[in-house]
Amino acid sequence: MEHESVLALAKGLTMALGGMFPALAIGSIVAKAMEAIGRNPESAGKSFVPMLLGAAFAEAIAIYSLVVVFTLK
Amino acid sequence: MAIHIPTLAPETVFHVGQFPVTNTMINVWMALIIFLIIGIFIKKQISFRPGKFQNGFEYILELIMGYFDQVTGDRKKTMRFMPIVGSVFFFILLSNWLGLLPGTGSITYKHIMVLRPANSDLNLTLAMALVAVISSHIFGLISVGIFTHLNKFVQIGTFFKSLKKGPIAIMTAVIELGVGLIEIISEMAKVLSLSLRLFGNIFAGEVLISVISGLVSVLVPTPFMMLELLVGLIQAAVFTMLTLVYMTVMTAEVHDAH
Repeated sequence: MEHESVLALAKGLTMALGGMFPALAIGSIVAKAMEAIGRNPESAGKSFVPMLLGAAFAEAIAIYSLVVVFTLK
Repeated sequence: MAIHIPTLAPETVFHVGQFPVTNTMINVWMALIIFLIIGIFIKKQISFRPGKFQNGFEYILELIMGYFDQVTGDRKKTMRFMPIVGSVFFFILLSNWLGLLPGTGSITYKHIMVLRPANSDLNLTLAMALVAVISSHIFGLISVGIFTHLNKFVQIGTFFKSLKKGPIAIMTAVIELGVGLIEIISEMAKVLSLSLRLFGNIFAGEVLISVISGLVSVLVPTPFMMLELLVGLIQAAVFTMLTLVYMTVMTAEVHDAH
């Protein structure tokens, strides 16, 4: 196989696989936060910042795979 | 038709003698000059009956000190960490938002972008992450003491104390020795994750805006730029909170877990 097709395949697969699990993670973090807010509506302000923090951590893993895609050539 | 996406490494715009000045460096200086002007302006008219400008900044400061108190649990510790943590927050926030001004990425000089968001430079984010982690270690050394701090990583002290207590304690101490050495690797992972998270987010935003503006540049980039606004704020908050958490953990009072 030529270099360009393997390169395209590698970039696409890296981003696809590296984006699946962070997406699941962020979804479950926000879902738990929604549950907590539904159970106790006053806690919306207090649990917003930790939720955002947790989502940013999970998103960082997806960003690592994006950086790997940028470095492939 | 090739869309010009920014390169991973920032491009040099001009040289001062032998020293290359990159486009991200120009943005950093812009942010610094803005802070200098705001600082001098507030200092000149500082008073116990604040005017509108000073009042606004005091409000913002109270807001973020409230958030920091939730992490450190102690107003004195917050005030102690505030110089580094607060300036990191404001600097990252301003340089992220400066990257959205019109002109960033479009003004070119000999086919090179003149302005580029400052945090899309891995050098800058790596430097800030190194400073954050090293200063958390320095705070730990100062507040807990040199031997106690080093004992967290190379747990020789625990090992010698456990020799008096019996075989199970000795096994635990040997395992903790290994765990302490792994903690050293985890410190490097902290530096890498802090820098790559910020760099990846801002650089990916830059690439996104370039590509979208290359396709349809009239109204379509607007939601992406608003996303960039939000991402800039969130990344500044995450970097700051993480630095604060590392510093708080390093300066936490050591208590024997027996």
